[in-house]
Amino acid sequence: MPRIQVVPLLEIVRETPTTTTYRFRGDLGGKPGQFLMVWIPRYDELPMALSHLGAVKGITVRDYGDATHALAAFTAGDRIGVRGPYGNAFQLEGPSVLAVGGGSGMASMIAAIEAFAQQGARVVTAVGARTAAELLFVERANAAGEMHIATDDGSRGSAGFVPTLAEKLLARESFAQVITCGPERMMAAVVDLARQKGLPVQASLERYMKCGIGICDACALDDKLVCWDGPIFTGDQLAKSEEFGRYRRDKSGRRVPV
Amino acid sequence: MVDLRTEIAGVALRNPTMLASGFLDETGGSMARVYQAGAGAVVTKSVGPQPREGYPNPTIVELDAGLLNAVGLPNPGVIEYEHEVKRAQAAGAVVIGSVYGKDADEYAAVAAKMSTYGVQAIELNLSCPHAKGLGTEIAQDEAAVRDFTREVKDVVDIPVFPKLSPNVQDIAKFAVAAEEGGADGIVAINTMKAMAITPELKMPSLANRFGGLSGPAIRPIGVRAVYDICEKVQIPVIGVGGVGSGRDALEYIMAGASAVQVGTAILSRGLGVFNEIAREMASLLEEAGFQSVPEAIGVAHA
Repeated sequence: MPRIQVVPLLEIVRETPTTTTYRFRGDLGGKPGQFLMVWIPRYDELPMALSHLGAVKGITVRDYGDATHALAAFTAGDRIGVRGPYGNAFQLEGPSVLAVGGGSGMASMIAAIEAFAQQGARVVTAVGARTAAELLFVERANAAGEMHIATDDGSRGSAGFVPTLAEKLLARESFAQVITCGPERMMAAVVDLARQKGLPVQASLERYMKCGIGICDACALDDKLVCWDGPIFTGDQLAKSEEFGRYRRDKSGRRVPV
Repeated sequence: MVDLRTEIAGVALRNPTMLASGFLDETGGSMARVYQAGAGAVVTKSVGPQPREGYPNPTIVELDAGLLNAVGLPNPGVIEYEHEVKRAQAAGAVVIGSVYGKDADEYAAVAAKMSTYGVQAIELNLSCPHAKGLGTEIAQDEAAVRDFTREVKDVVDIPVFPKLSPNVQDIAKFAVAAEEGGADGIVAINTMKAMAITPELKMPSLANRFGGLSGPAIRPIGVRAVYDICEKVQIPVIGVGGVGSGRDALEYIMAGASAVQVGTAILSRGLGVFNEIAREMASLLEEAGFQSVPEAIGVAHA
């Protein structure tokens, strides 16, 4: 049997003006941080993190290109193809976690934030976005522990870059670990901060993917594959990387700046 | 202990497994990793004169029978690719450069450039079943196989291995044409042209509609192709198509192949597959009373 399931969308939730959650039932597992390859028929197949685990799965997608724009027009009952889950998961490594999310990066982290809280960890989340309306999953993060906000335009929470907020939180309280997902330069700043403090850190990376199963080499990061070795990498791995925070591969495999 | 070393047209291999073109070979880092995992050599992604993005997704479909793909020859172009080859070589990898173009001149130009990077041999991708407007379906035309091979041979000083298509009536004729063109070896087979449909969506599963099938389903086709080719040519053959175990590899070797390429089996057995195939081959060869790989080549023809 082909390892793809065609599933109807059960519910569609507009999370922010640019970000939408799609819920569906699928005969697949899923751990916090893992992703699916999602087929938007006639448009594309893209890697998307599971933002909702459990019986009714969810993916939360920012409308940024042709395929995600087409998906934004889908309604309940429309069908997508899903295969996976693929990749590794966020690991809980101690009694307290600082989660630092930027923009739609929260979609990859929210399941881990909730799972870690459920396992008894104290979870403090710093959520960043360009503007208040683009803040993603603040209620869920707040329900899982403590939540702080930074917006580029100062429309909610502290004005500025979310790593600056993370730096304040790290100065105020000692954490056992840091997790992060968001724009790559933001993650690079968070990884640096955590490493300066000697804290274990995990970052969930994004790269263009074709196969999702570790054979096509489109998502190469140095000698690693984001789909197979990642998408979550440790601070120690990333500190050795020539490419993290600097380069990605375009569709032809050329190395280009992130 | 059985000696697993083999040699093809002067290219020495520590064992007879090679990474097949199209798998984990767009970047130098991945090729280095595959070599370090045990492959005797790595064949690069097929590289052309210009960067190429390939097809939109979905580009692969996993089936029980194997893997269907229409990735569409993405590659950064031969100029940028130098960096990737050098990086693989820095890790000690034996690298075979796979090339394509839109006509014989382009094949020759890309091969000539690739040969300056220090690759050990050139593989000519004459047979990608799903790239339109490129020379990759020339394996359908015997004269073209001969002429393209000859043009490339004229501009490089390293061995040239045309890779042939199984999507023909009599593949051995094409191997003879390649040999006439001066080929130093033959790679057989490329993927079988194939299609999967997703009934729930009433549409083909690949964005390109059809693609190439690899994996266990095509192994008997590949073994037969290699057997037929070896009846007709003197040059060495590299067998490819559904090799996932030492036993599979020995089928190809006994059909006449000097080495095998492995791709789809990475999915089921991981990167350790190269070492595992080599180890399984060693024990099977020993049981059969062979001391080395060359002793077993083509014995099924007796």
